[in-house]
Amino acid sequence: MVNIKLMFIKFVVFRGGYCSGIILGNKRRAFLVTRCGKKVQIYYYFPTCIAQNRFFFSISIFFVLCYCRPMRLYYLCMRLSNQYMDNRSLISISDLSKEEILSLLRRAGEFEKNPNQRILAGKVVASLFFEPSTRTRLSFETAVNRLGGRVIGFSDPKSSSQAKGESLKDTIMMVSNYADLIVMRHYLEGAARYASELTPVPIINAGDGSNQHPTQTMLDLYTIYQTQGTLDGLTITMVGDLKYGRTVHSLLEAMHHFSPRFKFVACNELRMPEQYKEYCRQWGIDYEETTEFSEGIINQTDILYMTRVQRERFSDLMEYERVKNIYTLTASMLTGCKPNMRVLHPLPRVTEIAQDVDDTPQAYYFQQAKNGLYARQALICRALDL
Amino acid sequence: MVNKEKKELAVAALQNGTVIDHIPTASLFKVVNLLGLANLNDVSVTIGNNLDSPRLGKKGIIKVADLVFPEATLNRIAVIAPNAVVNIIRDYEVVEKFNVTLPDELFDIVKCNNPKCITNNEPMRTHFHVIDREHTTLRCHFCERPVAQHDITLK
Repeated sequence: MVNIKLMFIKFVVFRGGYCSGIILGNKRRAFLVTRCGKKVQIYYYFPTCIAQNRFFFSISIFFVLCYCRPMRLYYLCMRLSNQYMDNRSLISISDLSKEEILSLLRRAGEFEKNPNQRILAGKVVASLFFEPSTRTRLSFETAVNRLGGRVIGFSDPKSSSQAKGESLKDTIMMVSNYADLIVMRHYLEGAARYASELTPVPIINAGDGSNQHPTQTMLDLYTIYQTQGTLDGLTITMVGDLKYGRTVHSLLEAMHHFSPRFKFVACNELRMPEQYKEYCRQWGIDYEETTEFSEGIINQTDILYMTRVQRERFSDLMEYERVKNIYTLTASMLTGCKPNMRVLHPLPRVTEIAQDVDDTPQAYYFQQAKNGLYARQALICRALDL
Repeated sequence: MVNKEKKELAVAALQNGTVIDHIPTASLFKVVNLLGLANLNDVSVTIGNNLDSPRLGKKGIIKVADLVFPEATLNRIAVIAPNAVVNIIRDYEVVEKFNVTLPDELFDIVKCNNPKCITNNEPMRTHFHVIDREHTTLRCHFCERPVAQHDITLK
């Protein structure tokens, strides 16, 4: 009857008082609705302490049943779920279930066939880029424009009130008065999660420091799906900077639904962190680690995911000079590969893929960047429930 | 005989209140800060440190007269003193005794070690999830970095 699948409801009696009501919320926020219909935002830790106190728990159910008329409760639930609870923000790729990922991929496929649809007409999307970016910002703004929406925002924090010392909270609160959706990139980790807890307007994370970049992962998934026809049971080789590269980490987490096999190719300084290998073991995912980037490995691979070795990650520049050219892919290395094999790269590319690879049928990184548009269109529609 | 007297002195009886026992000596004053004992003006607080303990070797103990903390507040101690034992005293008798248990989520207790985490750059509360109870491993809700027990710093 009531759409409460994303909510939990807890009944509560405040300590030392007789204020009864229900707590509505998801993991991000919680509200207490008292029996007179007053809505109070409560601290996040409250549900945890309530859960431990079973005695009050049972008493409070009694209170609510006594004092709240069922229909009124139903309307309150409906109103709250529409207004606040069903927050469609996308902060981290782990927020998405397997079914949601697959339905987003299908949706992205529809947009690829017909990218110009006026389903965002009358909507305003704020694009807040606290950190410069061209690729992500342009593809988001293109996505909104092609869907018929309008974009407001800034691409340079120097031109915003942040330069005057305004806090992120104030900026977000101000912008949520104007926009239906906020797309944000921030240089601090966790900024997007924080923003999504401040405002009922959905937030799409377009990168928060080195933490998460879920829309990049969605476009990677879409590209894999598009080139292989499936996501299940693929062999994915990741090459380059596996230690700091957030794209490889997010892709690894997203692929755990689809029983993949991984091969990690990196020098010792840039190996896959233990935390992610543990993650693979937990989910029973096969992986293999090597420092050698050989044709033997390429020949077993369905998806070759190349990443840039970033100069700024090295404390020792001699080490960087030594490492940077080891993991370079050339066209001659692709002669014996599987026919379905494709080379992906989140771009920008420097030396890790030689120019002659661009002309091989395996090169797919430019189409991959183009897919960003469709994946982001699908994510915008999900965020706005369209 | 002398020893026995000393022992009695160390655990002088409390009429009503809370006794927190088996606190590792290194964490004692962190627990004091965590419970905000420095700001209690009306109640008598006894803090003992480096007392002999068969279980810990040396231990710390805190006694607060005429005050019972909410359980949720006491459980926050588990972050730094996982083996602490709480005794609630009423009329010289222990009416309740329990080990502190780590809550699933910690709000505004622990500081994130990641300098680029939003919590260290905005005026806001920190939020951690307990991902491993056995080893007290936490994960920042915002930047998603794990924090091992020996790296935990309080706010």
